[in-house]
Amino acid sequence: MRRIWSVALCVWGIIRRPATGLSLGFLTLGGFIAGVVFWGGFNTALEYANTEQFCVSCHEMRDNVYPELAQTVHFSNRSGVRAKCADCHVPHDWTYKIARKMQASKEVWGAIFGTIDTREKFLAKRRELAGHEWARLKANDSLECRNCHSAVAMDLTKQAPRAATLHSRYLLTGQRTCIDCHKGIAHQLPDMTGVPPGWSDEQAALGH
Amino acid sequence: MAGTSPAMTDGAGARRLTLLALFALLLCLAIPAHAQVLTDTPRLSGNTPPTQPMKAPPVPPMVTNDVRQMRNYPEQPPVIPHAIDGYQLTLNTNRCLSCHARQFTPGSGAPMISVTHFMDRDGQVLIDVTPRRYFCTACHVPQADAPPLVQNTFRDSLSTGGK
Repeated sequence: MRRIWSVALCVWGIIRRPATGLSLGFLTLGGFIAGVVFWGGFNTALEYANTEQFCVSCHEMRDNVYPELAQTVHFSNRSGVRAKCADCHVPHDWTYKIARKMQASKEVWGAIFGTIDTREKFLAKRRELAGHEWARLKANDSLECRNCHSAVAMDLTKQAPRAATLHSRYLLTGQRTCIDCHKGIAHQLPDMTGVPPGWSDEQAALGH
Repeated sequence: MAGTSPAMTDGAGARRLTLLALFALLLCLAIPAHAQVLTDTPRLSGNTPPTQPMKAPPVPPMVTNDVRQMRNYPEQPPVIPHAIDGYQLTLNTNRCLSCHARQFTPGSGAPMISVTHFMDRDGQVLIDVTPRRYFCTACHVPQADAPPLVQNTFRDSLSTGGK
């Protein structure tokens, strides 16, 4: 402990002393360039961790949730727009993105220690994991859905009558948010015993 | 074998003969039946030889107008007049029942699954859907606006005057 303290004191001594051999230009410009390189590298790494390729490099994702997404309309559709993992699971806004990335360190822990490294373990944990995503999307008013699907741009006359009725009753009035009704649109659902339908009063009682 | 008696050899020979006769009989039965399958049953895939690749026909639009269709005969399972694309119907969850279950019909306005769906095989009415009726799409299907693949001569017994 004392040795660590003395090393820290030594480092502090170096840092607080004015530079004698290095020019102010070198220090400012060098600092600027190093900053650009660091920030660029940080963002590149961050963006790489957002790619589909990175997500499915873990077998937990590749074998369980990714093949399920591949069967849904968010993967293959008539207009050819595809939602990748990060589009729904990582916020776009910087602050929330960093918060989510910090949360994801728990997932690194899980990957290292094999929390869900078999299909059986994954299925046993699926209700809990899905619950996290439902809670997150409920709390941010389905922000990741709304990054593409805006209620304002929705043409209700182009929807089936049932969909138009339900959207105008529950979505436009703000009584419900997307995830309340649209659970399991991209993945298989867990055992839904005790999870009320999105439009029901029981769901409303759960609160926003 | 050295110890085999003539009587036993005869017995084995007779059995072999019977087996051969049975086999021949089966062959005679099987060949015409097989030929009939090839000639008589119209194949849904048309006249293309089964080993040839076929061009997939365009997918017809589904009927999704929410209008309840008349049943063609009393026991017909009602057809589904809405889209069910992406509806999950698994051991874990049943999207159909999130509207058609008894407890959800007041809110959803959907028709309740009929009372037969609550009966087990002994006719005992249960509180919820019985396991043998759980998989809705085993009987209830949505309809496409498409010409029939094979000709159908079905006529409603009401119009044939079946009294």
